[in-house]
Amino acid sequence: MARLTSLEDLERYRQEVLARRDPKKPCVTICSGTGCRAYKSEKVAHAFQAELEAKGLAGKVDVRRTGCHGFCERGPIVVMLPEETCYLKVKVEDVPELVAETLVGGKVVERLLYRTDAGEGVVHENDIPFYKHQTRLLFHDNLRIDPTNLDDYLAVGGYGALAKALGSMTPEQVVAEVKKSNLRGRGGAGFPAGVKWETTRNSPGDERYVLVNADEGDPGAYMDRSILEGNPHSVLEGFIIGGYAIGARTGYVYVRQEYPLAVENLIGALDDLHEAGLLGENILGTGFSFEILIYRGAGAFVSGESSALMSSIEGKVGEPRPKYIRTSVKGLFDKPSNLNNVETWANVPLIISRGAEWFAGIGTEGSKGTKVFSLVGKVNNTGLVEVPMGMSLRRIVFDIGGGIREGRAFKAVQTGGPSGGVIPESMLDLPVDFDELTKVGSMMGSGGMIVMDDNTCMPDVAKYFLEFLADESCGKCVPCREGVWQMLQILTRMVKGEGREGDVELLEDLSTTVQDASLCALGQSAPNPVLSSIHYFRDEYRAHVEEKRCPALVCKALTSYWVDPDKCIACGLCKKNCPVGAISGEKKQVHVVDQALCTKCDTCFQVCPPKTRAVTKLSGQPVPKPPEDLAVRAAKGKKG
Amino acid sequence: MSAPAQTAEAPGAPVKLTIDGRSVEAREGMTVLQAAREAGIEIPTLCYLEELSGYGSCRLCLVEVKAGRRTRTVVSCLYPVEEGLEVQTETEKIAHHRKLILELLAARWDRVDPALLKKYGADPERFAKHTTYCILCGLCVRQCAEIEGKNVLGFIGRGTERQVVVYPELAAKFCAQCAKGREMPCLEVCPTGVITSEFAAAGLTLPDKLPVAYPVCIKDDDNLRDVAKKVGDV
Repeated sequence: MARLTSLEDLERYRQEVLARRDPKKPCVTICSGTGCRAYKSEKVAHAFQAELEAKGLAGKVDVRRTGCHGFCERGPIVVMLPEETCYLKVKVEDVPELVAETLVGGKVVERLLYRTDAGEGVVHENDIPFYKHQTRLLFHDNLRIDPTNLDDYLAVGGYGALAKALGSMTPEQVVAEVKKSNLRGRGGAGFPAGVKWETTRNSPGDERYVLVNADEGDPGAYMDRSILEGNPHSVLEGFIIGGYAIGARTGYVYVRQEYPLAVENLIGALDDLHEAGLLGENILGTGFSFEILIYRGAGAFVSGESSALMSSIEGKVGEPRPKYIRTSVKGLFDKPSNLNNVETWANVPLIISRGAEWFAGIGTEGSKGTKVFSLVGKVNNTGLVEVPMGMSLRRIVFDIGGGIREGRAFKAVQTGGPSGGVIPESMLDLPVDFDELTKVGSMMGSGGMIVMDDNTCMPDVAKYFLEFLADESCGKCVPCREGVWQMLQILTRMVKGEGREGDVELLEDLSTTVQDASLCALGQSAPNPVLSSIHYFRDEYRAHVEEKRCPALVCKALTSYWVDPDKCIACGLCKKNCPVGAISGEKKQVHVVDQALCTKCDTCFQVCPPKTRAVTKLSGQPVPKPPEDLAVRAAKGKKG
Repeated sequence: MSAPAQTAEAPGAPVKLTIDGRSVEAREGMTVLQAAREAGIEIPTLCYLEELSGYGSCRLCLVEVKAGRRTRTVVSCLYPVEEGLEVQTETEKIAHHRKLILELLAARWDRVDPALLKKYGADPERFAKHTTYCILCGLCVRQCAEIEGKNVLGFIGRGTERQVVVYPELAAKFCAQCAKGREMPCLEVCPTGVITSEFAAAGLTLPDKLPVAYPVCIKDDDNLRDVAKKVGDV
């Protein structure tokens, strides 16, 4: 395309793009985020292209690979435009049928639709319960955008906010608008973005930097990756606006190397922007020049910490340094620097184009706008969900998430990633925003939300998160390096049944020092999962230490497998499947688990027929001796 | 290694602050620790040396500062003095943190100054031992990089796996020069004495095949020097 040299040029070009497009022309969109790619969405896309060619429809139907739709669990997701018929879990084999039935015949293929509990098929994406309750400001354009195609982004009004900012607002006005919107940083701490922008803008010095933090590393959280992959221009547009507002000429995108598709799409987007004159010298003829560099991190969790991230860009080891002078005053290369995460930047174009008041109208008193959560764990519908701040946990988990898997009971939800905390069932009605989560001992963090059912052991979960953190701690300061490690030792002891009296108190004691004395936020927040789970589930910790019992029957060392002689029907399944031959029993004889041989692999428990449920887990009590008379007593169940 | 050395070369403008209720005069550019030491107020340190850049890793020199209405826990070796700053060096909270930090250090290294342990009521047996002797204070690394202008020593790994290592090629090139006529400066600054003369020897006579880097944290009782006193008054 020709370089756009003025604001009018951009608008003219946009109209050209729109004029070239027929909104009624059929289009097959295939989600091509990392999640759907794992389900072979690329092959599905190829199959569509081949099938369309074979049927002579090549020019008549568009095929578009789009970004993430969020409902990753049911991928690949195929949406047929203009009707917006949404098909889930589409396989290559389904393609000929979809082309013949829907594209040619205009009929809906029922079997690939979302099914409600009542068994009805749902045709449109927005009517699926998973989507119905969401407010998708950042994700809703993904359907219409091929991330490698700048025209697609322009067609939905992209770079209109940049044009507005450059054309009709001073940098100060942009900062004021962001301030007025009360946008809080989505990286976790929730610091007001506008205030940070202003501090950076007003800090002395002739050079300043803006940075995108795309070093998302929480286990189970991938919202930043999805935004970058699916709609990189939304982030870049916000970023360029930020550069203009803050007075920067250079911006860095710090993205982890583990996000290859995000990096690829980013690089492509930057090339397109340069070509279009939306990046580089004299953007759109407004006199504003801005350059964006991509810095690929090695994927260390701590490198998402602002000072560590800046050290890494400077070419040093990604280790935090004490920030007694804020990075907005003295950051990258000791220059004023403004770091915001991907989601924060992606919100900026919305604020500029629709206005601060519109944005501030969404959300709660203290937290405005929407938040993308990564809803994972024991919930029926997993994926990325975007909801207005303040939606209750109950609605997120039950209305959007569709409740707990296998009809089990909800136990807790862990929010904020490894440094967040657990929230028990009694607090399900908590409105989710920055302040409410902090009040109950958890945090927003990046927006990870891990749902846990009653099969979850809290000390075990705390141990899991600490293992991650002990591994990811940079090891520079003593409280974090040694303290988190020692906490992990105590928890490991506990779940092994070797807990000692005073262990819970020792954990709490250590936590206070690790929280208060650690150098950076990794250490300072590391005790959160431990402290919050002790706070809400102290009994479970006590049971582990005092009774050597795991109430959730999870900790292997504290759990034994036992065949209930009153229920066993001698079907032999457990014996047949036991990988170590620990189960004995003949026909018409009660089966017996040899405790010395049992490796607690759980296989027998899983294969024991649900009707019988003879294999039982025990914890904190001796395993009853096998009956003298091994004859099967449950004669009723014997013949089925 | 990030922050520049805080040697107050050009005396800055005078700054008045209070430390433990005492009015103290310092100069701009000084740290709270420097101001305190100048005023004769002792704050324990481990990873700090006046000549080297601030590092802030041992956290022993934590103090509470009150600037405006906010009270914060900060490391005094890096916190710059400010006009009107109120510093408390020995609050209950700080003493608790020091006690725990000493206990955590003692799990790594069994020669932490007994007087200091006693002062803060630290129980060196409270935590699981994983003795490595090296406490990763980074003094040797900074000494080699900043004073000698070499980078023979460095860190590898992270978390508890972190280690100080020697880069053999650099050691072969530079260590002999350093060792001429004196004890090697990295050995000198090491508070635990785990950089042994074995290391020095290895540096001086490079064997045929060496890994890219190898840890210096080799326990060698004969070479452990009586340096326990250094914690607290380096």
